[in-house]
Amino acid sequence: MIAYALIGAMACVSAAMLLNLFRLFRGPTAADRILALDTMVINAIAFIILFGIHETTTTYFEAALLLAMVGFVGTAAYSKFLLRGDVVE
Amino acid sequence: MSGGMIIADVVISGLLLLGGAFALIGSWGLAKLPSLMSRLHGPTKATTLGVGSCLIASMVYFPAYGHAWTAHELLITLFLFITAPISANLIAKAYLHGCRTEPDENAPAAEGMPVAPPHDADWATFGRDEELEEMILGETGDASPERRS
Repeated sequence: MIAYALIGAMACVSAAMLLNLFRLFRGPTAADRILALDTMVINAIAFIILFGIHETTTTYFEAALLLAMVGFVGTAAYSKFLLRGDVVE
Repeated sequence: MSGGMIIADVVISGLLLLGGAFALIGSWGLAKLPSLMSRLHGPTKATTLGVGSCLIASMVYFPAYGHAWTAHELLITLFLFITAPISANLIAKAYLHGCRTEPDENAPAAEGMPVAPPHDADWATFGRDEELEEMILGETGDASPERRS
């Protein structure tokens, strides 16, 4: 039962990432693209966790944690750059 | 298969499906909604909830199948739930800034814009209210005037 649910959840997350990719290319403003990238990172974290359950290892949690931190820092840096024209003042 | 394992299986499967559905709904909102201010709602709420649901599923799965319980999932959940509103706020600020500095380019997407503040008051992201600053900082306050660009 878990195997089927896992496949379903992975398909959902993959479709979500495709939708994010659509917004990333389409997005009329730079803020849209930042938002699409941020959402994509969150979906990638979800996918990594699902993959970890699929493989029954806890090795991938570190990757997910790192991706969460780096993704937030990246989003903050992009937005800051748009706001101030500089990342670190 | 014992009764406890069946319950655990049902709970894990339900959480996994719920997480996938929420992630998909959030991203669908991101692709479909008309303006950035409404688009912000999808990823910040639904997708974060979807990831949280997947993490809870993994938090149930590993102890149920004889692995050690770890705090990694809790850490990731906590971090995501703290950072999601902050990044959303930053993106909204960047969008408002873009609408102000290049209004013609963003005009069709500006339907989600909040009402502009009255008379000379400014958004938090724009310029500085000199009188207010003087009132707050007093005469000694020299808040780095070279920052103004």
